[in-house]
Amino acid sequence: MRALRALVARDLALAARVGGSGALSLVFFLMIVALVPFALGPDLNLLSRIGPAILWLAAVLSTLIGLDRLFQADEEDGSLDLMTGSPAPLEGVVLAKVLAHWLTTGLPLALASPLFGLLVALDGRAMAATALTLLVGTPALTFVGAVGAALTASIRRGGLILAVVVLPLMIPTLIFGVSASESALGGTVPFTTPLAILCALSLIAGVIGTLAAAAALRWSE
Amino acid sequence: MRLTAQDLAVRRSGRRIFANLSFALGPGEALMVTGRNGAGKSTLLAVLAGRLKPEAGTVAASEVGEATLSECLHVVGHRDGLKSPLTAEENLAFARDLLGAPTATPRAALEELGLGHALRLPVAYLSAGQRRRVALARLLVCRRPLWLLDEPTAALDAASQAVLAGMMARHRATGGLVIAATHQALGLADAQELRIEAPAPAPPTLARTTVAADEVWW
Repeated sequence: MRALRALVARDLALAARVGGSGALSLVFFLMIVALVPFALGPDLNLLSRIGPAILWLAAVLSTLIGLDRLFQADEEDGSLDLMTGSPAPLEGVVLAKVLAHWLTTGLPLALASPLFGLLVALDGRAMAATALTLLVGTPALTFVGAVGAALTASIRRGGLILAVVVLPLMIPTLIFGVSASESALGGTVPFTTPLAILCALSLIAGVIGTLAAAAALRWSE
Repeated sequence: MRLTAQDLAVRRSGRRIFANLSFALGPGEALMVTGRNGAGKSTLLAVLAGRLKPEAGTVAASEVGEATLSECLHVVGHRDGLKSPLTAEENLAFARDLLGAPTATPRAALEELGLGHALRLPVAYLSAGQRRRVALARLLVCRRPLWLLDEPTAALDAASQAVLAGMMARHRATGGLVIAATHQALGLADAQELRIEAPAPAPPTLARTTVAADEVWW
């Protein structure tokens, strides 16, 4: 436990110190959300109707930022060798790194999304719903991404391969994230149904993603 | 602890690196691995560290309790495992927490290697020799019986080489094992020597050799 706590603390310190992939992905998120009204024009009804979808798409894309360095940076400088020599299991190492990554990308995205919802003319209710779905849905994105990051850890410039591998696997999360946000605005499906499925997706991704990423790291050795 | 390697053979990217390597080390013993560049010294260390699977042969550790081999060893190689934005102290404190069995504090370990002044400097500001010394300080912050050193004196000045020799002597006096791949005398008293002889690669295989070198771990 002590080893994993140290790993989370180190990754958070690194994210804060290098100028941080966390802040960068938040800015990228803002950029995408800000671009959409320029592309679609000032039709507020249209924007507020597709607003949750835009926020979710932006969240998926900005989760990819920095994901390719999740294991690659440690692989390149030999830190990964240290981690495999630790008494902590490799699955625990993956879990600690994913947690640190989510705390610096997924969580800030979810917290900032009500603010960015203003740009796409969401009302208060839709903002709260979207923020909640992002909060429970972004862990699934990070865990799925971790598998791709582990697979491409030893490939130089593996960022594009990572996106190609990982994006299709993020589709279920995207579907239920958007449908949960939209059902909060009215419709035949109650809000909790897609939200519960979204939570389930995050939990499943947590288990499968951790095991698969650890297996990929072992295999690449 | 005791370490026994029997009939090790390794093949990487279809190319045989070495075969039929055997040695045995008891408490306090040291092994110097020598050979020309590309003979497979680092590969042998990678196999011992459990990062490469040998094609044939076995590596076994005994008298270590329930720990696995990879939990009994320290590796200091070409990739130093240091994070440039973090200070030397933070890097060592992290290694200490990660690897367990803490002994010396990061401050004491760095002072031993003559880097007490660099305690709060980001590793990015340090020279190659100083970085290597921070990596060597990791050997002191947690106790592990087997040290795998890959050309540990690379980039080190004469004074630091003497400090390293002293560290290794003390480690062996307390029953530790040292395996070092090297081109120089390291001041290891009565160490066994394992010379890896390999035929020089023929010109047609040269291209493949470069590919394999890209994949080398450290």
